[in-house]
Amino acid sequence: MNVVVCVKQIPDPAAPQSLEAGTHNLDRSGKLILDEADTYGVEMALQLVDKAGAGEVTVVSMGSSSDLSGIRNALAMGAAKAIVVSDAGLRGTDALGTAKVLAAAIKRVNPDLVLAATESSDGYTGTTPVQVAELLGLPSITFAKSVTIDGSTVKVDRQTEAGYDEVSSPLPAVVTVTAGVVEPRYASFKGIMAAKSKPVEELTIADLGLDGQVGPAGARQEIVSVEAAEARQAGEIVVDEGDGAERIVSFLDSIKVL
Amino acid sequence: MALSNIWVVVEPANGQLTTTSLELLTHARTFGAAVSAITWGGNGAALAAQAGEYGATTLYDAGDLAGGLPGAPVAAAIAGLVGSAGAPDAILIPTSYDGRDIAGRLSARLDRPVLTNVTGLTDEGGLQTEHPVFGGTLNVKARFTGDGPGIIVVRAKSFVAEPSGGAAASVSSIAAGDLGATGTAKIVTSHVEERTGPKLEEAAVVVSGGRGLGEAGSYSLIESIAKLLNGAAGASRAIVDAGWVPYSHQVGQTGKTVKPTVYIACGISGATQHMVGMKGSKNIVAINKDPDAPIFQIADLGIVGDVHKVLPALISALEGRG
Repeated sequence: MNVVVCVKQIPDPAAPQSLEAGTHNLDRSGKLILDEADTYGVEMALQLVDKAGAGEVTVVSMGSSSDLSGIRNALAMGAAKAIVVSDAGLRGTDALGTAKVLAAAIKRVNPDLVLAATESSDGYTGTTPVQVAELLGLPSITFAKSVTIDGSTVKVDRQTEAGYDEVSSPLPAVVTVTAGVVEPRYASFKGIMAAKSKPVEELTIADLGLDGQVGPAGARQEIVSVEAAEARQAGEIVVDEGDGAERIVSFLDSIKVL
Repeated sequence: MALSNIWVVVEPANGQLTTTSLELLTHARTFGAAVSAITWGGNGAALAAQAGEYGATTLYDAGDLAGGLPGAPVAAAIAGLVGSAGAPDAILIPTSYDGRDIAGRLSARLDRPVLTNVTGLTDEGGLQTEHPVFGGTLNVKARFTGDGPGIIVVRAKSFVAEPSGGAAASVSSIAAGDLGATGTAKIVTSHVEERTGPKLEEAAVVVSGGRGLGEAGSYSLIESIAKLLNGAAGASRAIVDAGWVPYSHQVGQTGKTVKPTVYIACGISGATQHMVGMKGSKNIVAINKDPDAPIFQIADLGIVGDVHKVLPALISALEGRG
């Protein structure tokens, strides 16, 4: 069982975020980390390969290769190798362009299963994995809260508005996982040491034959303006001195909810 | 250039169209363009009156999907319609589990970009979208620069649904054609998680709990207060992912969008993911131990305190008024 996990290195969400002047691209000049949303897919993949008793996990990513610590983190968790598509021409690529890049890279691995997060924590377009599935001609199941493999079938409990659906699909398939699917492991010291020598293949747009299809021109969309949103009027913040509940009751009274 | 054609994907649920679908239809008709709706399930005749009432003149039905997930077949049917009827100016799709699947599939099929998490849409000599970013602190406006149709995925409650009094839409069948492997994901069984009281998206009062509750058992405090206020109980993604409460309770980016008269956030720090789902509430009350919690930046009343003290006291106070 060979599993590809799509991962993304993102600016640390705990640090202040900003858009670059001019391009309005997300400022990625600071330290990059493995998107926490991707750690669930990596863990799920490791568990599925472990259960199958054979195969390996490959992480596939698009982004700058100047800082690979997030990718190394996935390798330290136990992934066998990584493919990183890195090219100055990719700056400003949209979701569909990203999907074209990922699909082309995934084709090189020809996996039984592709896992991804439901959305990235920085851009959260939320369509890239399904775009990848369409480009690869594969079925997809999004919003998985559990994933099991039964022979050549993947079985997923998929979140719905009302509860969840049991969904099944033949492999190969693309599945997006929610953060509830598994508890990601912490990389062990041994894992961190081993990750340093694991293969990271770096590819360019030209390597994937995608010249002219990706990057800002391929995005065919532009940001017109960026403005500060109308801020909510600052409210009253008080420390509870045993009167917190009372204050809430009077507030509810004042807005006629009681 | 004036807009001439807008298509809206309308989701069927329990024999009706979802509220978000009706919001999109309502907004689509403000552009003075012809509005067509696209649904699935083979139930088009029963949905035609509602689709028409909210502004669609034609309702295309992609038919019974035989248990298949809607993403691939509905996208294929829409792509087919683009081929036969010509491209509309834009295709509006509700932000939902299936809506995002349809948008992604359609984008790849038509080789057209997609703009998601849209909360505003205006005609500025071409459609312009609005997107809140960084937890809603910035408003980004964007537009497509290439050939249409632009695929636009709109968040719930971005617009208000209002009937136009239009006649029933004429129903027309569209087909997905051969989907190959992409159509092979099938729903085996559906599970509905029962809940009592008003629906989360419609309640005037929403009481939500987060990680600050400390343990799953404490969620009963949230449910008690919701019940006493005739409201609905919600949750942050953190405690849904932790398995304390079902997904149907989740408020936020990947959960439900709520705009109640008052939102009471208990033990919720206010991650971006959560804030985008409740920031539009008329009034916000927050209770959190951490005075620096981001939720306090948008709260009308913030109580810096322990939910395990404040909530039981609030329950007693509300019961006292019973």
